Amino acid sequence: MKKPEHDLAEIKNIMERSSRFLSLSGLAGVLSGVYALTGAVMGYYWLYFPQSPFGKEQFQNMEGVVLDNLILTGIGVLSLSIVTAWLLSKKKSKKISNQLWTPAGKRFIQSLFIPVVAGGLFCFALIHQGFFLFIPSSMMIFYGLGLFNASHFTLNEIKYLGFGQIVLGIIAALFPAFGLILWALGFGLLHILYGSMMYYKYDQ
Amino acid sequence: MKGTYDKAFENIIRLKVMSILMVNEKYDFKSFKEILAVTDGNLASHIRYLEKQHYIDVEKSFLDRKPLTTYRATANGKKAFLSHLEFLENLIKESKN
Repeated sequence: MKKPEHDLAEIKNIMERSSRFLSLSGLAGVLSGVYALTGAVMGYYWLYFPQSPFGKEQFQNMEGVVLDNLILTGIGVLSLSIVTAWLLSKKKSKKISNQLWTPAGKRFIQSLFIPVVAGGLFCFALIHQGFFLFIPSSMMIFYGLGLFNASHFTLNEIKYLGFGQIVLGIIAALFPAFGLILWALGFGLLHILYGSMMYYKYDQ
Repeated sequence: MKGTYDKAFENIIRLKVMSILMVNEKYDFKSFKEILAVTDGNLASHIRYLEKQHYIDVEKSFLDRKPLTTYRATANGKKAFLSHLEFLENLIKESKN
């Protein structure tokens, strides 16, 4: 018989690989943070410039072109992030000789996107009803819940990114005047932080 | 010594198949093949062995008109695997003493 340590290590390894989606790329996290920050800066120019990015006047001129621009920017940031994550995951899965679409990968996508899609639809309802103040917080809370949910099926550290989004989302709901800043912190800075930590830990 | 060494898990492919079914409710043939990087024939023979031991259940169905064969661990299989695991762990503990 071979060494029992060897067998136990093999068991642990295959359990991890078969139940978790391990092809998430840290670089994709960094890039989606950069897209989000760019989007947030654009949003700042349309909403506030040249005033300070928080204060009582915010969301006053939230109609017509500005609203359309913001929605388009949001959709743009989201699509760019998904395409980047998909391409980089594909590359990484080739490197670690893993198939991209494992059963674990499917479960990961499903557990992430059910809360995220629900959140997206909820945000459209908020726009429709004119509750613009709660859009940044809703986006962060639903996204954070999705990440937390998905952490069971991927690298466990994504849980902390989820926690961060939820906490920032709650703060944004309590202090909507800081919505855009908090959104930039959550979707921008947290992604960059998390992505670079994951990059140094797993991708090198 | 606690736990029992199970010859069914002597082979590394069978050990891995069972490990996967311990953490996944079900797993299909094609995914097994990809994650274990083994040939059809090799995998099929090991799976048949586990089936004969009644450690796993087979379920045949269709997905998009293509046959899909999925496997699950039986209660017996899970028990045998845990007992085998316990044996390995105790073996390590003993060798340390």
